[in-house]
Amino acid sequence: MSLRFVEGFKFTKIDSPIHRMDPRAKFVLTIGLFTTALMFTNIFALITIFLFQIPLVLISKTSRRWLRSMKGGLFLGVFIFVMNSIFGTALVLSISFTLRFFAIMSAFSFFFMTTSADDLGLALDQIHVPYSISFTFTTAVRLVPTMAVDAQTVVDAQRSRGLELDKGNLVKRVRNYIPILIPLIISAIRRSVELAEALESRAFGATEHRTAIVTLKMHFADYVTIIGTILGLGLAIYVYFRVPLPTVVIPIQLPRIFG
Amino acid sequence: MISVNNVSFRYPGTSSDVLTNVNLQIQNGEFVAIMGENGAGKTTLVKMFNGLLKPRVGSVHVDGVDTQEKSVAQLSRDVGLIFQNPDHQLFAETVSEELSFSLRNFGFDEQVIKRRVTNISTALGLERYIDSSPFVLSGGERKRVALAAVLAWDPKHIIMDEPTIGQDYLQKDRLRNFIVQLISQGKTIVIVTHDVEFVAECKPRIVLLSRGTVIADDTASKILTNDEMLAKASLVRPQIAELLHQLPVLGENPGIIDVYAAREFLIPRLRKADRTSGRG
Repeated sequence: MSLRFVEGFKFTKIDSPIHRMDPRAKFVLTIGLFTTALMFTNIFALITIFLFQIPLVLISKTSRRWLRSMKGGLFLGVFIFVMNSIFGTALVLSISFTLRFFAIMSAFSFFFMTTSADDLGLALDQIHVPYSISFTFTTAVRLVPTMAVDAQTVVDAQRSRGLELDKGNLVKRVRNYIPILIPLIISAIRRSVELAEALESRAFGATEHRTAIVTLKMHFADYVTIIGTILGLGLAIYVYFRVPLPTVVIPIQLPRIFG
Repeated sequence: MISVNNVSFRYPGTSSDVLTNVNLQIQNGEFVAIMGENGAGKTTLVKMFNGLLKPRVGSVHVDGVDTQEKSVAQLSRDVGLIFQNPDHQLFAETVSEELSFSLRNFGFDEQVIKRRVTNISTALGLERYIDSSPFVLSGGERKRVALAAVLAWDPKHIIMDEPTIGQDYLQKDRLRNFIVQLISQGKTIVIVTHDVEFVAECKPRIVLLSRGTVIADDTASKILTNDEMLAKASLVRPQIAELLHQLPVLGENPGIIDVYAAREFLIPRLRKADRTSGRG
């Protein structure tokens, strides 16, 4: 098992029009995509939301890592599909939920791949989010790659003790992840306690009014993105309430195990 | 026997090799220390012994079996790898459960599991913690639990990644004695370490890695007194070897790296010096 898909959520400095955009504009766009994906259960609408992101990914020159994150999400996607199916959700709806997961995952992958933690912190500061909260959020984003390295080490350590993650039925496979998740959670808690102590030892929070040497400035493309997102969201709401979308009928009902 | 043949390896998504054309033969029952600077490729190399990593070029054979052909679980039955940080593997509610985990994975029956857990916890001084949570133990104790968890299934080859980190002198001494005991049982021991003092006391064969290649492979006495090689691997002489180096009046250091050999070397010279000065 490789955790390289986490690279699909990791910022890398690349010279692209998307990377140069204001983080606030990218955040609005991401939230717009997220909200739209949550609104619809129609397969065509969700496919449109997903496909809309592909040109953006191509412009941002992150397609390879984006693909990796999608590939990494396959397990969870299949899990969502299977769980919905066995709990009695209609097949079309199970497919919709899986597509929604990929649309949302893609939007956040795109955002985190193109926005540095520093820019994100600045953006949060400039919209007057308390520094302790913005710092916590950006630190969490920064720690994602470190956590991925930890997770890979835990996987390696447990595989070395004879654990076979891909062995057994679905329930067994889910249970196989317990020896991975517990050490990971414990080490994350230990790390956060140590980090908090180190921050306090270095007078974190001693200054109430912080100043920043860099201030973010919105440009034409950023305004276009925000206005475009708001219009797109408005269009989505209109379509949701007023336009009957084509539906897919799959005349197959998977056997219900529960529900 | 662990046999590494012309192995080169690079991590996916990177453009340079972490290991380049590495050749290494470790005989059964041998004690080997793999040393080198940070990022030299030591951990990468030992992860190939149980198939966690597969070589890009070349091959690794364990007792004649190509690691490409077996799963990690199959190889781990014979190659026990103890990771540097015990927190990366401990998860169970009790030490006893932690020690049983791998035995269950390898399909031992419950009677054998019970017996082995009792034996290994006694051997490593963990019997009083057997019903405790591994998370409430000290760092050194957790490290011993991780060691016991691997030794419980009695692998033929035991690989320890930085076993002395976070251990006080007494624990290091216990570890050294335990290694001696394992070697006497015919186990192959490979340790990855920066701890020159520990290596100087154990005197294993040393394989020195630098920038992904083996730059030296010799006895501890020869390597730990070879300044040129030590500098390449960002290591320093053990303190006793440094002391002898700083006393050129005693002549050239004949490969002395531990206190006991130094005592044997120094006593006749000090006596002679005493006699010469007319005080003997």
